[in-house]
Amino acid sequence: MIKLVPRGSSSQSMFILAPIFAIFLTLLTGSIIFFLMGYNPSNALKIFFISPISNAYGISELLVKATPLALIAMGLSFCFKNNIYNIGAEGQLTMGAIFGGGVGIYFYDISSVLILPGMIIAGALGGALWAMIPALLKTKFNTNEILTSLMLAYIALLILDYLVVGPWRDPDGFNFPKTRPFGESGRMPILFQGLRIHFGLIITLILIAFSWFIYSKTIFGFQLKVSGFSPKAARFAGFNKNFLIFSAFAISGAFAGLAGVGEVSGPIGLIYRDISPNYGFTAIIVCFLGRLHPLGIIFASLVIALTYLGAEDAQLFLQIPAAVGFVFQGLVLFFLLGSDLLVNFKLRLNN
Amino acid sequence: MIFGIVNIILIGTTPLVFAAIGELVVEKSGVLNLGLEGMMLVGAVSAFVTLVLTDSYLAALIVSLISGLVMSGLFAFLVLYLMANQVATGLALTIFGIGISSMIGKKYVGTPIDGLSPYFLIIISFLVVIFIGYFFKKTKLGLIVKAVGESHHSAHSLGFNVIKIRFISILFGGAMSALAGFYFSICYAPMWQEGMIAGRGWIALALVVFATWKPERILLGAYIFGGVAIMQMNLQAFGVKFPGQFFNMMPYLVTILVLVIISGNKLRIKLSAPACLTLPFNKNQ
Repeated sequence: MIKLVPRGSSSQSMFILAPIFAIFLTLLTGSIIFFLMGYNPSNALKIFFISPISNAYGISELLVKATPLALIAMGLSFCFKNNIYNIGAEGQLTMGAIFGGGVGIYFYDISSVLILPGMIIAGALGGALWAMIPALLKTKFNTNEILTSLMLAYIALLILDYLVVGPWRDPDGFNFPKTRPFGESGRMPILFQGLRIHFGLIITLILIAFSWFIYSKTIFGFQLKVSGFSPKAARFAGFNKNFLIFSAFAISGAFAGLAGVGEVSGPIGLIYRDISPNYGFTAIIVCFLGRLHPLGIIFASLVIALTYLGAEDAQLFLQIPAAVGFVFQGLVLFFLLGSDLLVNFKLRLNN
Repeated sequence: MIFGIVNIILIGTTPLVFAAIGELVVEKSGVLNLGLEGMMLVGAVSAFVTLVLTDSYLAALIVSLISGLVMSGLFAFLVLYLMANQVATGLALTIFGIGISSMIGKKYVGTPIDGLSPYFLIIISFLVVIFIGYFFKKTKLGLIVKAVGESHHSAHSLGFNVIKIRFISILFGGAMSALAGFYFSICYAPMWQEGMIAGRGWIALALVVFATWKPERILLGAYIFGGVAIMQMNLQAFGVKFPGQFFNMMPYLVTILVLVIISGNKLRIKLSAPACLTLPFNKNQ
């Protein structure tokens, strides 16, 4: 019989090793799935995880996908650290795209250096405002934020849908459900000629560094960590609980909103229905896999971005549905959550 | 006309009723499973593929139910034995379910089948709801499940096996979600398409809140949600220019409203969610 014995304090080495262990187990399970489907596992894994990033274009595509994931996950860490389950980042991303993209559409025929900054600010505001709703309901009515933030995500997606088939539909777009393209001034600058990686990456890196600074150098970051770790201690120390809830939601909403405006003004250039392949939900995996830590989140965003790229290649070369990427994302989270047990518990055999 | 509308509502909303009544039992036991969408998809695809391969509705039903038990068993193992975070595990289950159902069903997209008449399962959905209502009101076991959801430590002190009761509740929820999937791909559609549940798992989740964890209100809520969807289609057919998206928002908006009402008022504590919802249980602590 195996017994769980609580550790006196969490194991630091298991804390870092568990994500790596989870990735390893995911690859192992993935090979078994490929084998069962009649593919050569080593060949399939190579197509999935190695060939997509074996040239400059592939690396750039990896960064294009990792950029929103890392940015949203970094924002979510402010909530998760404080034990707030904001799972509606997809909605906050969507609102960011609507607010920021709205500015881009309104000024589509004007050339000015102010348009892009305006879109970025509007996008961050849109995401933050949308995140204020669950924050307000939680602080004012003690309403559980898990369900409200989730429901708001679907409401935001429907608002976007309404806009692109209704008032914002491109008049010259042959009735396709999309807006008119933004002007040149409404696009993120490209970092390297011929590649799609854009200025959003720089914004993301700056905000990750900013988050690291908040966590490690400010009282606010300290308060967030303490109130997540021990709500009692936080109350005893007299931290303003509602202020912490509002700011965690505002930061994560703004980051997700920025990711949204980064997508529409970066690789896409207009707004349509499917601006995000579930980035807002997948970023939750990135956040957990990265242990809510800036460096961990960067690493995890690259790993999860690779599941998107690999899935595209697997569809192209192996005729496996691209949804196989979701299988890997689900598996890695399962294994991570499972192996997390070893952070706080030791396994002991007893008779 | 009236009969026609009632008929369409009944046929369209039965998957919501199945998934929601299952989730209600899971939540009553103190566990939140956000994996409904994933379990419904896997239930739908496994039923469909089995039917194509064996030509037997019974085999399709059994395989579908087993798929629900496997998916929810995986969830139960992670949250109950490994004490994994329920929110994250549920989301992982949905993401995994979306992926694995597409992979399994890839060869079968567009394969024609003979659909099964929905009326048998519609009647079953009534019976399940009535039974669950009776179960929580009149049976000892029902009271024990509620006790486990309201205060797992007290239930444990009284000698009830919290983990076992939650495990069985989660499995029941999985089976019901799979049944919803079976109904969808075999009776309602009848076909298989990637991601065909199209967000109904989240609406079923909303429905449990809307029903304030009371079985009979699941039916009421499902038919209201379903009725609004039908009304929207009819209005558009009559040329009324009201954007359908705002109708489709209604379940989500109403759920938020209900959440606010039940959590804002201490006097209405009877209405509110099971007290131990999402809290992990470890008897050694």
